[in-house]
Amino acid sequence: MSTETAGEMVAFEPVEGYQLTVNGTGMVVEEAWLGESLLYVLRERLGLPGSKNACEQGECGSCSVLLDGAVVCSCCVLAVDAVGSDVRTVEGLTASGEVADIQDALVAAGGVQCGFCTPGFVVAIYDLLRRSPAAGDLEVREALSGNLCRCTGYGRILEAVRQVEERRALGNG
Amino acid sequence: MTQVALPRTLDEAVSAASCEPDTELLAGGTDFCVEVNFGLRRPHRVVCLRRVGELRRWQVGDDQVVLGAGTTYTDMVERLGDDLPGLAAAARTVGSPQIRNAGTLGGNIATASPAGDALPFLVAADAVAVLRGPHGDREAAVADLITGVKRTDIGPGEVVVEVRMPRFRGPQQFLKVGTRNAMVIAIASAALVVDVERHQVRGALGSVAPVPVRIRRAEELINAEIDWEALTAPAAAVDAFAAAAAEAASPITDHRSTAAYRRRAVEVICARALRRCLTRVD
Repeated sequence: MSTETAGEMVAFEPVEGYQLTVNGTGMVVEEAWLGESLLYVLRERLGLPGSKNACEQGECGSCSVLLDGAVVCSCCVLAVDAVGSDVRTVEGLTASGEVADIQDALVAAGGVQCGFCTPGFVVAIYDLLRRSPAAGDLEVREALSGNLCRCTGYGRILEAVRQVEERRALGNG
Repeated sequence: MTQVALPRTLDEAVSAASCEPDTELLAGGTDFCVEVNFGLRRPHRVVCLRRVGELRRWQVGDDQVVLGAGTTYTDMVERLGDDLPGLAAAARTVGSPQIRNAGTLGGNIATASPAGDALPFLVAADAVAVLRGPHGDREAAVADLITGVKRTDIGPGEVVVEVRMPRFRGPQQFLKVGTRNAMVIAIASAALVVDVERHQVRGALGSVAPVPVRIRRAEELINAEIDWEALTAPAAAVDAFAAAAAEAASPITDHRSTAAYRRRAVEVICARALRRCLTRVD
């Protein structure tokens, strides 16, 4: 879909087919409806089921993605409003699989039980540690306050973040 | 057939917004998309405002503050905390990082939820919204623009461009009662703006009436009791202020709380907020 600009006018475009840039790759969405969320399109149309669908109201964080570098709930983004933006999902936070240390730490620390919330936590932790590599306990809790986990009680997840911080600090030292 | 417009300039956004009567505006999406997800809203024609750079800017001058409608809660927390500590404190209580990255000041006004966390501050600060529509620009006090529960006086084709308010010097506070310290919709909230130059305390309440409530009688009571040089007040005056603020509320009982609890909560948080603004209470 192209948005034609003529003077001060901007054209309305039919929401039939459009292209999103997801994890650095252009992906075509066809036969779409305007009201489809980015979460729905990622999962049901683009074969990227890592982002999970639970509350559909921005409460649980299990659908967290990066939109132009900012962590958001993909259930609260109209998919067509992501045209021209950089969408990063848990499947493609980095090309080299650099987030593996977050995932490893979540497993090692017992931060994964049923696993449903885990992709959202991985995205939120990735975003936090990129901005604040040595975040303290309060900052971590604040950064993860929009991600719900009904299994772990969070203690193991907080421990996993601490482990990633320590290992990255050693690795960079 | 459904249609979308992705304008990059304000002129484009305004022309798109006024094009057809069924056109809807989309800002951060944190309310809009939930309604779509739950089948409560079936959009046919949407103007997405996220790309309009002119909406996402702010200016803090000596006498006036101008905040673009696209200013996100994260912007308020990270960029405006020094100049507008009360608004930043309110923004900090909104949802989660995910919600604060998406939600905007203009969206908060246009959605007009009784629990809109930025609204008590805007009403306390006498903020004026600038709207641009098919008939040009107009200004309206935020307090007048919000007419009821999720109801506004924003006309068809009108876009909230920015809010303007005086620059206030002095302490500011925002307090909110809910079941958690995050991800919570306010049961009751209060914003206080102390203007040490004009010797005025300004306050407004959220979530305890259909619209944000200015607490003018409480303000008048406390303005006369504060020692403005030392910024102190007698304890009895703080209590009277809080009691008058609670009287200004007209809360209801709903699934989040009871009317009685909300009224009591207003009294507690207004006293606490005022004490935090003052250097000492005698």
